[in-house]
Formats: sequence, structure tokens, C-alpha cells
Amino acid sequence: MLFLRRQVLAQVGRFANVSANASTKFGSLRFAHKPSFTADSYPSLQRDPRYATLNQADIDFFRSTLEKEGGSIVNGLDQSTDPSDLEAFNVDWTHKYRGKTQLAIKPKTTEQVSRILKYCNSRRLAIVPQGGNTGLVGGSIPVFDEIVLNLSLMNKIHSFDELSGVLSLDAGVILENADNFLAEKDHMFPLDLGAKGSCQVGGCAATAAGGLRLLRYGSLHGTILGIEAVLPDGTILDNMVTLRKDNTGLDLKQLFIGSEGYLGIITRLTVICPRRPRSTNVAFFGVSSYENVLKAFSESKSYLTEIISAFEMMDNTSQRLVDALNSTQRPLEEEHPFYVLLETQGSNKEHDEQKLNELIENLIEKEVIADGVIAQDESQLRVLWERREGITECLAKAGSGVYKYDVSLPLNVLYDLVNATKERLADLKLLGESSDQPVIDVVGFGHMGDGNLHLNVAVRQYDKRVEKALEPWVFEWVASHRGSISAEHGLGLLKKPYLGYSKSPEMISLMKTLKNVFDPNGIMLPYKYV
Amino acid sequence: MSKLRVLVGVKRTLDYMLKPRINPAKTAVDLTGQKMSINPFCDIAVEEAIRIKETQKDRVEDTLVVTAGPSASEQILRQSLAKGMQRASLIDVGNKELEPLSVAKLLKAMVEKEKSNLVILGKQAIDDDAHQTGGMLAAMLGWPQFTSASKVAFDGDKVVVTREIDGGAETLSSPLPAVITTDLRLNVPRFANLAKIMKARKAPLGKLTPEELGVPIENRLQTLSVEEPVSKRHNIMVKNVDEFVNTLKDLNAL
Repeated sequence: MLFLRRQVLAQVGRFANVSANASTKFGSLRFAHKPSFTADSYPSLQRDPRYATLNQADIDFFRSTLEKEGGSIVNGLDQSTDPSDLEAFNVDWTHKYRGKTQLAIKPKTTEQVSRILKYCNSRRLAIVPQGGNTGLVGGSIPVFDEIVLNLSLMNKIHSFDELSGVLSLDAGVILENADNFLAEKDHMFPLDLGAKGSCQVGGCAATAAGGLRLLRYGSLHGTILGIEAVLPDGTILDNMVTLRKDNTGLDLKQLFIGSEGYLGIITRLTVICPRRPRSTNVAFFGVSSYENVLKAFSESKSYLTEIISAFEMMDNTSQRLVDALNSTQRPLEEEHPFYVLLETQGSNKEHDEQKLNELIENLIEKEVIADGVIAQDESQLRVLWERREGITECLAKAGSGVYKYDVSLPLNVLYDLVNATKERLADLKLLGESSDQPVIDVVGFGHMGDGNLHLNVAVRQYDKRVEKALEPWVFEWVASHRGSISAEHGLGLLKKPYLGYSKSPEMISLMKTLKNVFDPNGIMLPYKYV
Repeated sequence: MSKLRVLVGVKRTLDYMLKPRINPAKTAVDLTGQKMSINPFCDIAVEEAIRIKETQKDRVEDTLVVTAGPSASEQILRQSLAKGMQRASLIDVGNKELEPLSVAKLLKAMVEKEKSNLVILGKQAIDDDAHQTGGMLAAMLGWPQFTSASKVAFDGDKVVVTREIDGGAETLSSPLPAVITTDLRLNVPRFANLAKIMKARKAPLGKLTPEELGVPIENRLQTLSVEEPVSKRHNIMVKNVDEFVNTLKDLNAL
């Protein structure tokens, strides 16, 4: 078989700080430096004295719980444990936050999770649930010494019904593995995102991840049919329904989906999976203005109605970044202010190609797009997607940090936020080429089809001046345009202080009431979310 | 310096990223409903021909892309036109199986008809991995052949080719005419531009039959059976000692 080509890195330009050991897709990125402790970066956060401190008796209990069916512990209280073993559990993917946990537990069964939570509840030990640790809002690592309960070992796929398309699996199954399993059975997981090689389906459910094809396959709120969750007091809630429709009482699973671990831990789920499409087409357009991007979106929906599966927008800054730091081939020779990646998925290749060709003729004739290419085969298809999916990793490689703002905005003002941010940082003299200007550049891209912008500010190092310039300014801007401060990444630690910009006081109050019902001792996910 | 008349032969194969499935009768790979694309090495050959045309503008008189196959093969011809080949011809053989010897004979007839003096082919097709057409064609034409090329250059009337061989690279040269077969590292094929794809959709294609070229198709090989390769031993990657120990426990090895 052929091997993937590696082209020589193009000229690096202003994105000069390439860090060593850059890896594929969402593999762990090793930076030269360690992030500061979250507790030090955010001194206003104080460890809640009501939580107990871990002791040897606790360790002994956890060990005995895992003895029969297996599982593992990384015990920081043990002097012989290398502290760097806990690093992976303490540091988040963006290398912005660092916790101080002394204990990571990796259970193998729901029963074990139940016993662990029940014990922690009685001892008042704080817990942070963790999946693939690819979250982008600092929700999956401890702030202080919360115990990390990592679900990686609960990774079995239980069953799949080929007729109904219902998949039943553990929360710790890696998304890509679930999809590969389904591919063999002519189906697909109804969610796809850049972190697929590392993120786990339980984490995706807990953050209600949106991904690249929400436009077509909908949200996890719709495609998850049932869950099994463990409440903080150890109660196992079995709602593992494999039925498409079950209208019997309050739909409690919806509270867990998107709850980020606030109410309990999702240990299993059932998901309805669509048939794998027979025909996928990807086109990549160069567009001269944001107005034309909007027109292209409108025309695409018109001509492609039932087969459109993704509509992603990228600005030129993001593509320059990809050129500098990723060896993916450039699809278009010339530069354009905006680029669009359009994907169709359907059951009939000829029909889909015909619809796509008609759309493209229309877009070219009306000069909505300036230039474009279509993937001729699977290999070019992956190159085009890499131009979009590779942006996140390139941002991380550009400097030592990225400030990420995942927001929903009305389509007509979506890109204005990027321009406004650039202007603001330039005015404050924080954006520039010299090493004492922390901001390297401001990038905008995202799931246009869902009105979701990923505003990213690449920095040479995380810098309080940049943080102060952006927060709460970005959220105020979003709120004033009636957008959401978090389209899909969730709240975690990063956006907890700003929830008021998107939810009313009455709603926040009700959320807290529910929290007291599920978790009266507040052991789950303290300091975060709501 | 003589003018260049370039002929590129291309093959339509199962998309190389797809996993081939064998039909229930175990006589062939099942292609029903599967995506077919240009053979990747042939794509590299097309790209090289276009680059030669771009860098040696005045010297290149003609670039022609040819395929022998069913009418559906038109698609890869039009893609090649969109990328920059000047002309395209389809040798329509319907659904007949073609063996490398037949293809070489058809290409020889085309070369003589078109008076080509440089033939560029992919080194092998990813479906049969035969790696024979280029060599057979060169022998039948009595031309020098450069197989597995990773670099092509011109020095006056000579073509200078670097080939990938076991242990490194070898650079050879000869006067034209010549046959070159492409290897992976020769170039990275471009994307076909949309506006040009649309124009190419309406471009005229040369259409021929094997009879018109005086080459009746006779197959000398019969495929007896096709089987999946023996699956390799499963390698399990572990991230740390804990996982290693647990994996061994799972396998009842401890």
C-alpha cells in the first residue's frame, strides 16, 4: 500500500515557534514548558474547606474496590510514584490549566464507579470525571486536589443492531474506535470532530459535543437514545433504552447530556447511528468576502437540500497558519480572504455529483466564489478536511498558547467578532511581531452551518494582559448581539464566570436547585460549570 | 531540439483508500457501487506531463492522455484535461478484462498513430500491482525505459531521470524517445480547478476501439481464485505499565 506523503515544511514566517514532538491529529502535544498551577493563575479560586483531604485509608478502600474486576490507580500519596505519572491527569489539552490531584482512579465497571462515588460522597471527597481529556474549557482536570475518575478502561462496545442502527457502548470508548466498528457494519457514528482519535463518547455526551456534521445528523441530544449514569450517592440510573421513541415521563437523560459531570457520571450510552453514506463529496472554495460566504451557504442549501452534510468556513489567517506549520498541500494556488469546505453525503454517487455540479456552475456564474476544487478521490478528500481539522493543532504549535472562544452568533455578524477582536488587541498594542507583544494572530473559523464561530487568539505565552483584554469583552460583544458564549465547548472552568451572559438568573437558580437534588454534598466537578 | 509529443497512459481503479472486498464466488474483487478513481501512480504521470508542459512551454507540441477501459473511464480523462492535459482519448473495450500485454500493445499502436516521443506511465496499478505495462511497451517500441522515476529533467535532446532503487537512487540519461514510469516521490498531483473541470466536461474526447487500432484483445491468463490475505497477529499498544499489566491479566497471561 502507499504511504502518506510528507511534504517539506513551507516557509515558517511569523508562526516561528514550532515546538518539538508535534504529533498526529489530537495526540498529546508536549510543550517545552509546564503550565502554571490553575490555583496560582487564578488566585480568586479557593479550595473549598468542606472537602476532605485524601488519606491512606481512602487509597486502601479504592484499591480494594478495584481488586476483583481490575482497574488501576495512580497514587500520588505513595512516595515511590513518579509525580509525572499524574501529569496527564492534571494538565488539559490546551496546556493552560494544571491541577494538583494526588489520585487518579481508572475503574473497569459501573459497579466500581458506584462504590467509589458512594464512598467519596460519604467522605466528602471531591471528584472530577475525565474521559479523553481533550476538552477546551478546562473542565476535565482538577483545580485543586479533586480525585480524577478516568473512564478510559471502560471501553467496551456491547452490541449493535444492524436493522435499527442502535449501538450500545461504554462511555470510555474512543470516538474513532466506535466509528471504525460501525464502518465495518455499513453505519457511522452520528458525531465527528477533530479530537476523534482521543476523545471518548461519554465525554462527548457530557459536553453535548456538536462536531463537524451537526448540520446533517443533528445533536447528541437527539441521537443518544439512552444512558446509564451513576449519581453522586452511588445510585446507578439505568436508562439504557434501545428504542427510537420512548415518551414515558421526564426525559432525565437530557439533564446528563451536556452536564459536563456536574450531576453524575455517564457510564454507558445507546446511540442511534445512521447508515454510512455511499457517496461523499468535498468541495473547497476560495471566497472574496464574508457576504459571499453567506450567499454560498444559502445557495448550497438550495441546491443540495437533503445531501449537504458540512459547511465550514475558514479565514485566510487560519490557512496561512496551516501552510506554515502543517505539510498539507494547498488546494488553491492563490490566497482568498475566506475559504469554505462543503461536503455532501448521500446514497447515490451520480445523483450527488449532478447536484453538486449544478450548484458549482451557479456559484461560478454568479461570481459568489472566486475559485475552487473538488476532491477527485478519497485521498484528496482527506487533504481538504485536513485544511480545516488541522487548524487547531497548528494554532497550538504557533506559540505556547491559544485563547479559544467558541461562540454562537447570528450569521450576518459572525465574522465581525474576529475583526473587532483584532482591532481591539492591536489598539491595546498586544498584537504584533515583536516578542513583547504576546498575541501572534487572531484567527476565525467554524461550523458556519450551525452559526458557530471558533475565535482563536494564538499567543507566544499565556498572558494576563491578553486575558483581561478579551474577558469579559468577547462575551459582552456576543451577548450584545444575542449570541451564546459557548456554542459547543461547554462551560468548564473557563466560562463559568460568564454564564450570566447567556442564561437568565432564574434559569441559573433552577440549575443550582437541581444540583442540590442530585449532588447535595457538591462532590462532582466543584469550582466549575454553574 | 526536437519538439516533445507526450503521451500519458492512465488506468481507472478502485479508489486506493478503500478496503477491497472479495465477491462471494471468490473470483474477483467486488467493485459494485464502489468509488473508482484514477490510479495514484497514473495521476502522478499526468501531473508530471503537465509540469513538463508548463516548464518547457515552447518545446511541448502536444500532451495526450489515453485510457483503455469502459465508457465510465471518461471521468478520469476529463479530470486530466481539467488539470491541464491538452487532449484525451478513450479506447473503449466495454467491460473486458485487460491484461498488461494488451494494454502495452494498445499503447504502442497509439504511440505510432500519434507520433509520440515521450511516454509517461504509472509504475504499477494498485489493483493488480503487475508493474509490467511500462517495461513491455518500451521493449516492443525498442525505446529506452526509466522505471520508478523520482525526478525527470531535460538536457538538450536528452532526458535525465533519477530512479529509486534498492539502496538509494540512480540517475540515467538517454536521448528521446523514451518511456518513463512514475514512482511515488516524483510529484504531488494538483487539485483540478472547478472552472476548468466545468470546461473539461464539454471538451471533445477522442474515441477509438481496439479493432480500429488493429489490436484484437486476447487474454492469456485465467484467474482461478481471489482470497483475503492471512490476517496478521494483533499487536496491542499499551500506554503505561499499569495498562501493560492489566492487558496481560486480560489475556490470562499472568
